[in-house]
Amino acid sequence: MAKPFDIRKQTGFTPLAILCFVLLYLPIILLVVYSFNAGSSIALWEGFSLRWYASAWENEAVQAATIRSVVIASAASALATTAAVLAALATTRVKPWRGQGAVFALINQPLMVPEIVTAVSLLIFFAMIKVQTGYTGLWYLILAHAAFCIPFAYMPIRARLQGMDLTLEQAASDLYATPWQTFRRITLPQLFPGILAGAMLAFVISLDDVVITEFVKSAGQDTLPTYMLGQLRRNITPEVNAISTALLAASIILVVAFFFLSRTRK
Amino acid sequence: MSDLSAARRATERRNRWLLLSPALLILIFAAAGPLLIVVVYSFLTPGDYGGVKPDFSWNAWFSVVMERDFFTEELTFADAHLSIFWRSLKLSLMTTVAAFVFGFPTAYFIATRPKRSRDAWMLLIMIPFWTNLLIRTFAIMELIRAEGTVNTLLLWLGIIDAPIQMLFTEFSIMLGMVYVYLPLMVLPIYASMERFDFSLVEAGYDLYATRWKVLSKVIFPLVKPGVIAGSILVFVPCLGAYVTPRVLGGGKNLMLGNLIELQFGQGRNWPLGAALSLTLLAIVMVALLFYVRAAGQDGEKSHG
Repeated sequence: MAKPFDIRKQTGFTPLAILCFVLLYLPIILLVVYSFNAGSSIALWEGFSLRWYASAWENEAVQAATIRSVVIASAASALATTAAVLAALATTRVKPWRGQGAVFALINQPLMVPEIVTAVSLLIFFAMIKVQTGYTGLWYLILAHAAFCIPFAYMPIRARLQGMDLTLEQAASDLYATPWQTFRRITLPQLFPGILAGAMLAFVISLDDVVITEFVKSAGQDTLPTYMLGQLRRNITPEVNAISTALLAASIILVVAFFFLSRTRK
Repeated sequence: MSDLSAARRATERRNRWLLLSPALLILIFAAAGPLLIVVVYSFLTPGDYGGVKPDFSWNAWFSVVMERDFFTEELTFADAHLSIFWRSLKLSLMTTVAAFVFGFPTAYFIATRPKRSRDAWMLLIMIPFWTNLLIRTFAIMELIRAEGTVNTLLLWLGIIDAPIQMLFTEFSIMLGMVYVYLPLMVLPIYASMERFDFSLVEAGYDLYATRWKVLSKVIFPLVKPGVIAGSILVFVPCLGAYVTPRVLGGGKNLMLGNLIELQFGQGRNWPLGAALSLTLLAIVMVALLFYVRAAGQDGEKSHG
């Protein structure tokens, strides 16, 4: 007997989709596999070893870049998340107001303007400030990262806030809670998963940034991604794979956690 | 009474701007404000060692598309720039088409899974997207280098006797961009397919439509907004791509992003770099406007 007619079937779609998933993961898997290579090739397998992790761990440039990456990502995501929470409180669950369109355009601006254009404009602007003030510290990078992290932090926080029930807050003010008490005891605890999700997204986005960092950084301010970009000009050893694998692991853990956090909304 | 509510509205307004101020300050300082300075810089004269001299000049905008011969002072189109513009457009379009060819069936596949497993499939699509772009580009590079996995495998199988040069070609840039931006195509197409009503497909088959007819006349028109959104989401970052062509293009196959960078490095022509950046921004804005109009028309149609 013939198979029942499946209305959802489209010839060739399933194999193409499977191929797509394989191609999406194959390069990453190979990259991870060769980070454990005992030899110094990234194509010939010479046995399992952790030597490249050890050499990356002991590499002082890598250590400094890692610390710098984490410092920038922590500071930038903290700044961006705080600003995004306040902005979301001001723009969600309110009647339309004057200037709304312009504010949304400004918040989403980093998503619409190509990264290279933002990078160039920051290079020019910060070069002017550096000449005027002589300050060449990390704050340029932190502020630049905070700016492009804001839309990413704002989205999950706003989504969470929109899904929240107003009645609890109304009940609190009916019971003579001050606005601050209502916010502290009612709004903030309910909003917390959204805030955490936004902060994690901002952290990952900052940690992974290459283009803007490459243009804004002063001499000797490499983050992990810009350090790796610099290494690609040289003869590549599996040490780059080892650093990549560590970064991948960090991103994947944060993204999967974000996925489950933003799902509990329902 | 009305005085009271007016006062309350004034307080509300003040609180709103107070709450918005940290985000707006950061964005104006480190995103929107500097863009205005780029506009100013594009009308100045290049400094001798980078930077600018404060003399007004149209030269930067002029040399985006034209050049003056050094000896004869003859005006010609700037072939070097135009060929890079052309390459950027061509590769971005080809990448968008390739991402559609792979992304559409993948989105369809996920949307036709049982409801419970769809989220898991989507997570599989999104995980690579949220991992470092440089690392994914680097993974492609390792795959297709002369001594990379693909060539090693082909040599070992005896299919070829010398490594194929795949890296540092336009093909490798396109491959890298498809790989990097594919999730941006799948996501919106899946979003519009998820709500798709398959009883329409059943109706199509009842009326003797072939599978191809059902796909092109029933499914595709209804998920078109998702396809347009996906195409824009892929096309726009491709136009401004910098890392992928730098790593996979090997210095010869520049795209717009690399041409811009060059003006701030070896080129020492900041005004030209500023003018090129604004040109890129203008092209992106045109693409976005096109998308807004297309999305708006679809919205009107579904209401009418």
